[in-house]
Amino acid sequence: MTETGFEPKIIAFVCNWCSYGGADIAGSMRLNYTPNVKLIRVMCSGRIDPEFIMEAFKGGADGVMVLGCHPGDCHYIEGNYKTLKRYNILKPLLDQFNIEQDRLRLDWVSASEGEKFARVVGEMNDRVTQLGPLNWDKVIETRQGGEV
Amino acid sequence: MSDKPKIGIYWCSSCGGCEEAIVDLNETILDVVAAVDIIFWPVAMDFKYEDVENLEDGELLASFINGAIRLSEQEEIVKLLRRKSQLVFAFGSCAVTGGIPGLANMTNREGVFTRVYKEIESNDNPENTVPQVETLVDGKYNLELPEFFNSVYPLDQIIPVDYYIPGCAPSPDTIKDAFTAILEGKLPEKGSVLSPNKSMCDTCLRKETKPDKVEIEKFIRPHQYDKLDDGRCFLEAGIICMGPATRGGCGERCINANMPCRGCYGPPNNVKDQGLRMLSALASIIKPDKEEEIAEVLATLPDLIGPLYMYGLSSSILFHKRIDTGKEQ
Repeated sequence: MTETGFEPKIIAFVCNWCSYGGADIAGSMRLNYTPNVKLIRVMCSGRIDPEFIMEAFKGGADGVMVLGCHPGDCHYIEGNYKTLKRYNILKPLLDQFNIEQDRLRLDWVSASEGEKFARVVGEMNDRVTQLGPLNWDKVIETRQGGEV
Repeated sequence: MSDKPKIGIYWCSSCGGCEEAIVDLNETILDVVAAVDIIFWPVAMDFKYEDVENLEDGELLASFINGAIRLSEQEEIVKLLRRKSQLVFAFGSCAVTGGIPGLANMTNREGVFTRVYKEIESNDNPENTVPQVETLVDGKYNLELPEFFNSVYPLDQIIPVDYYIPGCAPSPDTIKDAFTAILEGKLPEKGSVLSPNKSMCDTCLRKETKPDKVEIEKFIRPHQYDKLDDGRCFLEAGIICMGPATRGGCGERCINANMPCRGCYGPPNNVKDQGLRMLSALASIIKPDKEEEIAEVLATLPDLIGPLYMYGLSSSILFHKRIDTGKEQ
């Protein structure tokens, strides 16, 4: 709990073959990590459409993580390279919508890296807590009507 | 009054190009007028809002509404037309997806007023007057203007829409097919877009030259390319062409004029956000795999909202730029 009482909502898309395994190991190792992160398992980080990420922000997420296999380790050979390109082109778009780039984070977590999983999730939680709530529903609401 | 079906045509935030498109039907418009009575069309003929108010509910067979919604007056009239019409057609890109006026969702009312009434170099407005909803003149006359909203909305965010006729402006064939379907009672399921559900690339004349795998190392703009007319796929040259994320049926008018697709027919059915779908497509044609090299390619693409959301910003998932920044660290 922070001083302001703000607990961010973070959505993490994790790939089935590496990062979900990493999260599993983090649990087996009994590592503590924040309950603010909600995991969504997908078969490959390359399956994560930019629409999913924007829907997460619109639906109330304060931060979104994309976790996949290390480059060269993708179960589907090159899915994570597609993720890397998509992530890099999505960041300037977030900027144009005035969403801080740090609210989206891409990282590589292998199935054995329980500690790294707990670390990156913790770092993300700290950063998003610092940034504060995004409240996208309010962004849309305050744009409607109202007095001149 | 004859017993022909009655229709209404109205414009909101639009350029008038959609009205032009109807007139551009040439002699076909005579068949349309022979089959229906036009009860309301403020641009072309003299009608008053009372003419519509005096109709029975549902008396109009169809209303064709073009333009995005930006003013309280537009909201009021489209709600009135919705009540009086059996069918409402969103006509043209602005009504379907927000269109070019939708790009104003990158700012808000204050931003628009500041730029238009205060900053523009040719302005002479020393008192910084901006439109007010109510103004008291000489202490006794209360003048009213429609309210200017903070955002631009596509039609279906304001009233339920039965059918969509996309395009900026819709091509004569799209309009003709729509009118024919109405008059012959062959309309598809409600909520349909009256244009084929295939991407523009599918019918593009340049698709033959598209290699199996497009790979690019830099993005360029059409004016930086001197071979626009050589018939090659624009994406292969690094020019953003919205074809992969855009519905076909337009007759490839831009491609035939050697310009890339800008996406006016909106996304196909299964796509929620046209800009993001195109973003994804662009990501997959970037050749290098290393982060620094990807950054070099992306440095040649300074603006994403313009090319990707030229017609779809106000129907995108995020809808609006965030104006009030949160706590910045």
